[in-house]
Amino acid sequence: MDNVNYNRKINFGWLFKMAVRDSRRNRARLLLFISSIVFGIAALVAIYSFKYNIQNDINGQAATLIGADLSITGNKEPGKKLQTLLDSIGGERSEERSFASMIYFTRTQGTRLVNIKALKGAFPYYGSLETTPLKAGTGFKSGKYALVDKTLMLQFTAKVGDSIKVGNATFVIAGILNKAPGQTGLSSGIAPIVYIPFQYLADTKLIGTGSRINFAYYYKFPQGYNIEKLVKKIDPALDKAEYGSDTVENRKENTGRSFGDLSRFLSLVAFIALLLGCVGVASAINIYIREKIASIAIMRCMGVKASEAFLIYLIQITGIGLIGSVAGAILGTSVQHLLPYVLKDFLPITISVSISWMAIWQGIGLGIIISVLFALLPLINIRNISPLNTLRMSFEETTTKRDPFRWLVYLLVVGFITGFSYLQLGDWLGAGVFTVGILVAFLILTAIAWLLIRFTRLLIMSSWSYILRQGFANLYRPNNQTIILTVSIGLSTAFICTLFLIQQLLISQVSLSSSGNQSNMILFDIQTSQEKPLAELTRKQGLPVLSQVPIITMRLDKVNGKTAADAKKDSTLHISPRAFAWEYRVTYRDSLTNSEQITSGKFIGKAAPGRDIPVSAEERFANRINVKVGDKLVFNVQGIMMNAYVSSIRKVNWNKIQTNFQVVFPAGVLEDAPQFHVLLTHVPSQPVSAAYQQAVVKQFPNISIIDLGLVLTVLDELLDKIGYVIKFMSGFSIVTGIIVLISSVRISKYQRIKESVLLRTMGASRRQIFSITALEYLFLGTLSASTGIVIAIGSSWLLAKYRFDMPYHVNLWPVAAMFFAITALTVIIGLLNSRGILNKPPLEVLRSNA
Amino acid sequence: METILNISNLHKTYKSAGRILTVLDNINFAISTGSTNAIVGPSGSGKTTLLGLCAGLDSASSGIVELNGVNLGSLGEDKRAQVRNQYVGFIFQNFQLLPTLTALENVMVPLELRGEKNIKARSLDLLDKVGLADRGHHYPAQLSGGEQQRVSLARAFSNSPKILFADEPTGNLDAETSEKVVKLIFDLNTEAGTTLVLVTHDLELAAKTHRILKIKGGKLVSDEKTVNEKAVNG
Repeated sequence: MDNVNYNRKINFGWLFKMAVRDSRRNRARLLLFISSIVFGIAALVAIYSFKYNIQNDINGQAATLIGADLSITGNKEPGKKLQTLLDSIGGERSEERSFASMIYFTRTQGTRLVNIKALKGAFPYYGSLETTPLKAGTGFKSGKYALVDKTLMLQFTAKVGDSIKVGNATFVIAGILNKAPGQTGLSSGIAPIVYIPFQYLADTKLIGTGSRINFAYYYKFPQGYNIEKLVKKIDPALDKAEYGSDTVENRKENTGRSFGDLSRFLSLVAFIALLLGCVGVASAINIYIREKIASIAIMRCMGVKASEAFLIYLIQITGIGLIGSVAGAILGTSVQHLLPYVLKDFLPITISVSISWMAIWQGIGLGIIISVLFALLPLINIRNISPLNTLRMSFEETTTKRDPFRWLVYLLVVGFITGFSYLQLGDWLGAGVFTVGILVAFLILTAIAWLLIRFTRLLIMSSWSYILRQGFANLYRPNNQTIILTVSIGLSTAFICTLFLIQQLLISQVSLSSSGNQSNMILFDIQTSQEKPLAELTRKQGLPVLSQVPIITMRLDKVNGKTAADAKKDSTLHISPRAFAWEYRVTYRDSLTNSEQITSGKFIGKAAPGRDIPVSAEERFANRINVKVGDKLVFNVQGIMMNAYVSSIRKVNWNKIQTNFQVVFPAGVLEDAPQFHVLLTHVPSQPVSAAYQQAVVKQFPNISIIDLGLVLTVLDELLDKIGYVIKFMSGFSIVTGIIVLISSVRISKYQRIKESVLLRTMGASRRQIFSITALEYLFLGTLSASTGIVIAIGSSWLLAKYRFDMPYHVNLWPVAAMFFAITALTVIIGLLNSRGILNKPPLEVLRSNA
Repeated sequence: METILNISNLHKTYKSAGRILTVLDNINFAISTGSTNAIVGPSGSGKTTLLGLCAGLDSASSGIVELNGVNLGSLGEDKRAQVRNQYVGFIFQNFQLLPTLTALENVMVPLELRGEKNIKARSLDLLDKVGLADRGHHYPAQLSGGEQQRVSLARAFSNSPKILFADEPTGNLDAETSEKVVKLIFDLNTEAGTTLVLVTHDLELAAKTHRILKIKGGKLVSDEKTVNEKAVNG
């Protein structure tokens, strides 16, 4: 008589219909659950749109980044051979010499180190030198005129028509330089540019032997010219002459890569916002499915298969995930209009804002995937809900059942987080550390919540007041929210607090360097003959000469007998071939400074005549060229080969602002080599600094001065801007955290409703219920926030130690403020949610929630 | 007469706090097609467990449950679900309507699952039979207990079940409403020729069936024909 059709096909139409029907009375709640992913998706869509727009803009504006089809640069005067090659290249050509120098504003008497660019020819061929007035950009080459960077003009309240002195020559400011090819707001803050005509370069008298000058040649070719072929042909000769070339294609790639890094970092921050949202989704769906057990059991009674029941809710979650993702994509597309404004100082190009469908589809796709993935854990439980639940509610039996699919879901979640982080970071180790970090934070929070549930029961004393007992008992009673709230609030706190602590550490690093009696002004390019008179001038101004250091430039020729060619050919030598291309600035002295510490070997302060020279190598430099104590080095000191050996390896604290070196020679070898000097002093105030700089520039026009106070201000501004970008992005996480908090607390409202109403029916006052609720959330908020903060302190310590290599300390006040804010927010949201129960008659509440 | 439900050597045990708890112990009986039967017994005697096993909502620890010739013990939960959809109707003490579906949709679900045609008209007809034709668009929360149980009845008969299991169908209703619902159950049962198995405390209700099976401490302690059976079969 078995006529049952066991092979009934899945009717997707009906499943969709049931999914819609079943969601009817829960849509507002479902939307609240899913709203936790809206901000994460919005952040990602904004970043992706920004990324795609930047890619388009880079492609469109690449030529203006370099200003020519080909640029050839080097920091040595071209030899005869190279000059012949440069002349033979053809096309249109412009020439530029650039170097750092002090300039002097004659009217306002201000001085400042700038980047002087002396220009000949029609460069830039693409884009323009954007100036005010407009015609100054091309007209300045017609006389003794200069274009001065706009920040500089503002800083010295200079006007067009004022004069500046560069070395021995005076130029009239023809225009304000607003933007030059490839220049960002940031680079102009650190090294502001001043353009002068090439033909007056010699008048400055700053060009002499030993001056550090960059030589640049810009070419423009007719359309269709095969530049790649040309570059391939001339590259070996350029390499030999230690010159480099850059083409539009190259620049496109490099710029794209650096903005790829920026957008990857920002996407990772957005991804964390999304992950927080996922915690919200998982916890909300978990409760939602628990509440659906009865309905699922009824459906199972009527013959719905486990897979069909699972699919009904999967469709529901996918649909809601789709709505949340679309909302996020719309929000993200709107928010991307703000990104170019936030990031404008980091960008060398004009960013257009347009709708990126690619970003939108990616955002929506990702939103659906994560809503489903993170809802899967509670969803697979549906398969285990027995129809027997219609006869008696055996909930425990349903949820405690161990399901092998759970492990598959865990694996998928971990795999997804690792994979997505890898896509953002491009590095498996980083992705692994990131995933493990999140897992550890998750496990710690879950364990804390679990312990709380276990031990609160034991801690409650019968002598406590009823309200106190009830408030604490809510933490472990059936259907409690302890784990979900602790994990979601704790993770949000941990992430936001880690960002904050790291930002604080970076900022304090800079402030530390600028405080105390440390040197804050560096004078360099000092000739040997100027060494003494400058020291005298400094003392005359009442300033200390903190140190005077000789510097000799040299190149590395051999490492243990191996040359650059050997290192290039044989990677097993583990010597960076680039180490041979650098120009090293080396000093000599007979002792260590207080920022140095020997880690192996022995520092030898005096060289023995006729023997190999004992040098001290800095730790990281030694690693790069793969040497240890005793290894042989050959240095090329301006044409003379010097045999040396590594006598010691030093650890250097680079964070201290003073002259630090990769290689230190002993006294008694380099004293007669061509050298220049650096002087460090401490200026107590801005007016003293200005007066001192004026005196130095007047007497020694070739000497350059770096006012660290000014650099630190620029650095401060830079950190502020970075901080602003981070805050902007973490804003999404904070909003998500709050939404997760609201939705988590709101779910608990449905759990607590019956109990509160019963209490009210039995005569509990509004005040009593208010106090019980406040106590429960106060305890949860306190515990989650404090655990989150402890995790944040741990993770920021790890980041400080292993990633940023800087000393760690925590500023307790802002952390305490964060703790109180999060705890207060938890209590307030909890109480606001209970308002409905408190203000309405019990019967009305019961009916409306039936 | 043909047998629709055959129970032999049925045992059900649970593990609780490390102890084996026997809920049903060697139950044997058979139920003929078209008959009405009541399972009675005190609270905790195992009657609801027995109903769950008979209806294929749970699986036995040992023994055989054969429903319409299908040995339920050999089937997995999904296959049992399909057996239920094809042969079984349910009425519960607390109605068990899907709260997010209207009364009409609740009645339609078993038919939709079977992929049948003309579902809406047939369901409206059933609602009409239970006197709720005009309440089809109402949600369970908008109906009284008696009305909910009548919707539940319409749903139970919608898939023309061969056997109807009712768990304390009047347990949550007042006397007047109970009477109406009981009358409906028996009328619809007679009209459709369905076998009825109901679990109840209410001996008066049990007496309306053909046969009363009495359970105590997990054992079948008596199996008696009622006057109704005697009246039918002489």
